Amino acid sequence: MSGGADTRAGGTRSEGAQGAGPQGGGARSGSAAPPLLEVRDLRKHFPVRGGILNRTVAWVKAVDDVDLHVRPGEVLGIVGESGCGKSTTARLLMHLIRADAGRVTFDGALVQADDAAGLREVRRQMQMVFQDSYSSLNPRLPIEETIMFGPKVHGVSAGAARERARELFTLVGLDPAQFIRRYPHELSGGQRQRVNIARALALEPRLLILDEAVSALDKSVEAQVLNLLLALRRELGLTYVFISHDLNVVQYMSDRVLVMYLGKVVEIGPTADIYERMQHPYTEALLSAMPSMDPDRRTERPPLTGDPPNPINPPPGCRFHTRCRFADDVCRRAEPRLAPVQGAGGGTGGDGRGGRDGGNDRNGGNGRNDTGGSHLVACHMRAVGSGHGLAPG
Amino acid sequence: MTTAPALDGKPRAAVDAAQVAVRSRGYWATVALRVRDDKVTIVCGIVLLLIILSAVFADLIALADPYKASMLKRLKPIGTPGYPLGADEMGRDMLTRLIYGGRLSLFMGISPIVIAFAIGGSLGLVAGFLGGRVNMLIMRVMDIFYAFPSVLLAVAISGALGAGIGNAIVSLTLVFIPPITRVTESVTTAVRSLDYVEAARASGAGSLTIIRVHILSNVLGPVFIYATSLISVSIILASGLSFLGLGTEPPEPEWGLMLNTLRQSIYVNPWVAALPGAMIFFTSLTFNLLSDGLRSAMDVRL
Repeated sequence: MSGGADTRAGGTRSEGAQGAGPQGGGARSGSAAPPLLEVRDLRKHFPVRGGILNRTVAWVKAVDDVDLHVRPGEVLGIVGESGCGKSTTARLLMHLIRADAGRVTFDGALVQADDAAGLREVRRQMQMVFQDSYSSLNPRLPIEETIMFGPKVHGVSAGAARERARELFTLVGLDPAQFIRRYPHELSGGQRQRVNIARALALEPRLLILDEAVSALDKSVEAQVLNLLLALRRELGLTYVFISHDLNVVQYMSDRVLVMYLGKVVEIGPTADIYERMQHPYTEALLSAMPSMDPDRRTERPPLTGDPPNPINPPPGCRFHTRCRFADDVCRRAEPRLAPVQGAGGGTGGDGRGGRDGGNDRNGGNGRNDTGGSHLVACHMRAVGSGHGLAPG
Repeated sequence: MTTAPALDGKPRAAVDAAQVAVRSRGYWATVALRVRDDKVTIVCGIVLLLIILSAVFADLIALADPYKASMLKRLKPIGTPGYPLGADEMGRDMLTRLIYGGRLSLFMGISPIVIAFAIGGSLGLVAGFLGGRVNMLIMRVMDIFYAFPSVLLAVAISGALGAGIGNAIVSLTLVFIPPITRVTESVTTAVRSLDYVEAARASGAGSLTIIRVHILSNVLGPVFIYATSLISVSIILASGLSFLGLGTEPPEPEWGLMLNTLRQSIYVNPWVAALPGAMIFFTSLTFNLLSDGLRSAMDVRL
């Protein structure tokens, strides 16, 4: 199984002009290192209120039973259309909004939303970079103060925090002498995003959640910031959750990719598996919409038509069946479960969720967490005995 | 901080070189620089400063006793020797009374805004930051006050409490709390949902720290500007209360009260009778223009 991951790492990285691809992601992902961040059944439903009495009339299922894990040192990419719950997931991971259900485990310890001290510590180790580089910086504070804010909150003296801010400026490629007293409006978009990265790094986190962190930048600046992120990851041994709608960027950055659709994980696996041996029709449609520089890689596949269904009333069964050209009866009835892909590394087949609540599931035999490059998909068409006309077996 | 020598030592990319032109300066320095280029604001500031200074130092600059009446000098026209702006219906020096009148008028106009700024600002901040039920409770109570026209509300409260400067200030404060609360609440709600507040929360900061460092600095400016624009209304309302006999009482010099007592003389000496009104008009106008000027100067993004 780890073999698949390694070849993938070699294959995709060489595409980037950067010879300096991320280091041991592939190698490390093969080991049975416990995940740095593990999420089980994460759920967030937003109430839709209406009527005279302001009663809840419906629920937006923004994030619905999402499972994921991030191993130390790897980059997990999360892709999906807008509105599929990517950003909500990021905010849930940071505990910026309260989850309705689910368990978040960071570095082996369960994170409790009510435990203020524990949350503070987790937030120190887990930081976030937002999409909008302008609105994520306080316009009234010199950027130096913005960077010093986090450490000061955690009890670092002003002098030490200032020292740290200067180091961070250098680290993200900004000249401290020139920039520290500037205000956000005196910086360009790329410079501002560098400041945001410095701010996130000020608390010396182990995990960085990058929520569309480069999406608002123009292409040349985007490339600079991406390379900065890769370099920082190498130097500081960081782990990233990289959220983006840009499939090329996700491919360049990620060791593993998670595809979301309407609040659900539809497919997750090593980058090469997702991009070259995608199993879910949605992933396929998404990737066929991906612009490519290579004429040979153009496909004649029809792009996905129509908008995603309203998440207020997601279709029963598989949420994708309304737009899926392979949809069968079973897709309208039953919700498919995330299960290892047949023939791919790692999976033992069958129901990947089996026995997860019993005993020590980290080392349990279901092959989910200790399989480095395991490729999982939630589709009836790929599941044995699902009743789908095209299902194997 | 940004010095040229430091740059010479380190040749940097062209992008950074272009940035050298944009020298960084503090926020207030930028505001001051912009105000300096705004002629209207400068003139208004000077006029207002003169009015305020003359009111504060009335004892030093006034020529006569504002209370000294003289039957012989009643309603002397502007330009009478010894009475540069004429005399009122009791024969008191108009110029002196206008200068002294500024004390009460400005005090009664500005102090309700200051108090309302403190109370309404806090309420709005709490409502905006906490949201939910607290927001609902505070804002619905404010809506009740909104149901009455401001003049009517001020007159009603003042009338119920009885005449007097203190009661007039209380009633005006109550009139201005709802609008200030509402503006503060809307600004706070907008700021609270911005990413830098989220980022501050993500760094583990408590609510009070976030309010102090990130919310207050971004809410105070717009609310302060709004409050200064209310001063003009407040001065007019305060004068209105005195005009109706609900604020200051004779023989105290106060512009609104003077306007009332000179009302009967408008056919005898219209110019003198119009002077207190002119003072109210110019003072509130300068406050308004000044607040406009500050608004554009304090908007960092322009």
